[in-house]
Amino acid sequence: MIAFVIRRMIQAALVLLAVALISFLLFRYVGDPVNQMVGVDTSIEDRARLRQELGLNDPVIVQFLRFVGNALRFNFGISYQFKQPVIDLIEERFPATMELSIVSALLALLVGIPMGVYTALRRDSWLSKIFLTVSLIGVSLPTFLIGILLIFVFSVTLKWLPSFGRGEVVDLGFWTTGLLTASGLQALILPAITLGLFQMTLVMRLVRSEMLEVLRTDYIKFARARGLTSRAVNFGHALRNTLVPVITIVGLQFGSIIAFAIITETVFEWPGMGLLFLKAVQNADIPIMAAYLLLVAAIFVTINLAVDLLYVAVDPRIRIEARTT
Amino acid sequence: MTAESMPSLEVRRGLLAALRDSDVLYSFRRSRVTMVAAAVTLIMVLGAVFAPWIAPYDPFDVAQLNLLDSHLPPAWLAGGDPRFLLGTDDQGRDVFSTILYGARISLLVGVLSVLLAATLGIVLGLIAGYAGGAIDAAIMRAADVQLTFPAILIALLIDGVVRALFGDGRHEQVVFWVLVLAIGLSFWVQYARTVRGSTLVEKSKEYVLAARLIGLHPAAILFRHILPNVMGPVLVIATINLALAIILEATLSFLGVGLPPTQPSLGTLIQVGNNFLFSGEWWIAIFPGITLAVLVLAVNLLGDWLRDALNPKLR
Repeated sequence: MIAFVIRRMIQAALVLLAVALISFLLFRYVGDPVNQMVGVDTSIEDRARLRQELGLNDPVIVQFLRFVGNALRFNFGISYQFKQPVIDLIEERFPATMELSIVSALLALLVGIPMGVYTALRRDSWLSKIFLTVSLIGVSLPTFLIGILLIFVFSVTLKWLPSFGRGEVVDLGFWTTGLLTASGLQALILPAITLGLFQMTLVMRLVRSEMLEVLRTDYIKFARARGLTSRAVNFGHALRNTLVPVITIVGLQFGSIIAFAIITETVFEWPGMGLLFLKAVQNADIPIMAAYLLLVAAIFVTINLAVDLLYVAVDPRIRIEARTT
Repeated sequence: MTAESMPSLEVRRGLLAALRDSDVLYSFRRSRVTMVAAAVTLIMVLGAVFAPWIAPYDPFDVAQLNLLDSHLPPAWLAGGDPRFLLGTDDQGRDVFSTILYGARISLLVGVLSVLLAATLGIVLGLIAGYAGGAIDAAIMRAADVQLTFPAILIALLIDGVVRALFGDGRHEQVVFWVLVLAIGLSFWVQYARTVRGSTLVEKSKEYVLAARLIGLHPAAILFRHILPNVMGPVLVIATINLALAIILEATLSFLGVGLPPTQPSLGTLIQVGNNFLFSGEWWIAIFPGITLAVLVLAVNLLGDWLRDALNPKLR
C-alpha cells in the first residue's frame, strides 16, 4: 500500500518535472527574455549586465534548477505585457475561474445524474429520447457557440441576464467571491451553463450506461427477487454502485473544465485566469503562458493522484492488486 | 467478418466487391439517421469544394463589394434584398457566399490536421508496439504527459509559441499551417495508443513471424503487413476526430488566435458576427453557427455509426 502511494507520487512528480522542463524551454528560448524586458534604447552594456543578473549566462542545467526552485516558491517572473509579477496577476484572477469551474461541475452533476438515471430506467419513454437527442446536439455544439446563443436569447432578446463580467464581488481578503451578491449570482448563471453543458451530457451518458450495466447484474435481480421495492433497488443498490465511476470521471474532468473555462471566459469577458492566458497567447507573453501551464498541470496531477489514492482506500479489489504488483 | 478485418490478400480481390458484401454497407442501409447524416455531410463537402462555382459572389473580390449593401438582413425579412439570400455582413459581403468559402477553409484545416495526427500517431504507435522496451516507454510516457492537458490547451500553446517565434506580421502568412500543426499535434495520442495496442496483438501472430523469418526489413513488416490489420479502429477515431478538429479550429479562430478575417473560416465568421449580435444583426453570426453545428453533428453521427458497424461485439 505504502509502496503504491510512493510510486504514484513519484510518477506525479515526474510528470510535473516534464511540464516544468517544457515551461522552462519556452521561457528561456522562445524570444529573448532580455529584449522583452528593456526598451529599444537600452545600451548593449546594460543588456549584458541584465543578462548576467538574470543568470542567463549560467549553465542550462543550473538555470533549469533555478526555474524549478522559483516555481516552487510561486515566482514566475514578470509579465511582458503588464510589467507586473505573473503570480500577482494569477492570484487576482484565480478565484473567478475556480468559482465558475466549481459551480459548472456541480451543475453538471446535479442535472446530469437525474437525467442519466431517468433515461436508464425509462429507456423507451419519449422524454428519454429527447434527453439523448439533446445530449448529442450538446456534444456537437462548440462551447463558444452555446455561449453566443445563450447571450443572444437571454441577454440581447429577453434582457434577463447580464452578458459579461462578474457582477459585484465581495473581497474576503484572500478570495474575491461573486456568490454573495445578487448581481454576482446573476452574472454567473449563463457562463456556468455554457461551461457545464458539455460535462452535463457526459455525466448523463455515463450514468445511463453504468446504470444499464448494473441493472443487468445478479445482485440486482436477487434484490428484486427478495421483494424489495423498485425504489430501493434502483436508488439504494443500483445508483450507489454507479456513482463511484461517475464521481471519478467528473473529478478527472475538473482539469479540463478549468481549461475549457478559457473559451467561456472569453465569450463572457469573465475576469479569470483563462482570459489572462488567452491574452498571453495573443501577445506572446511567455512568462504567463509558462506559469499557467505549470499551474494547470499541478491541478491536473493533484486531482489524478487524489482520485487514485481514494480509489485504493475505497475499493478493496484495487488494494489487493496494488499489493501484488 | 468485415472487409477491414480480412487478411490483406483477400482485400486485393477488389475493394468494391468486398464493400458490397460487407456488413458495413448493410448496417448503413439499415440506419436512416446515418443516411441523412451522410447526405448532409456530402452536400456540405461538395458545397465547400465547389464554393467558387456555387457562391453567387466572391467575398474576397473587393470590386464586387459595395458598402451600401452592408448590414442587410436575410431576403425574407423586412429590408432584405433578394440578391442576398442570407443577408450581408458589415463589409457588404454576401453571408451565404462567405459561409461556403468559410466551410471550405474549416474542412480543409480539419482534414489536413486529422491526416497529420493520424500519420504521426500511427507511425509512433507502430514503432512503440513493435520495438517495445525503452523506445516504447519513451513514446508512451510522452503520450501520458500530453494527455494530462486537453487538446485546446496544447493547440493554444503551440499557437502562442509560433506567434512568439514569428512575430505578428509574418504570423498571418503561415497561420493556416500553424493551425494544422497545432490541431494535428494535439490529437496524435489517441491514434498512437490504439495502434500500439493492436500492434502488440498482431506482432505475435504467425504471419509476422513468417515475415521476420524470411528476413524482411522491420519497416516493410510494419507498414506492409501490420499496418493494414490495425487500420479499422484508426478509421473510427479519424472520423470522430474530424468533428473535434473542426470544432477546435472554429474555437481557436473565434478566440482570435486562428484564421484572420481576411481568410475566414466558420469560426472567424462567427467571431466577426458576434460583434453585431448586440445591435440585433443576428444573421451574421447565427447562420455560420448553424452551418458549423450541422456539419459537426453530421460528422459525429457518421463516426458513431462507423464505430458500431466496425465493432462486431455490438452486433
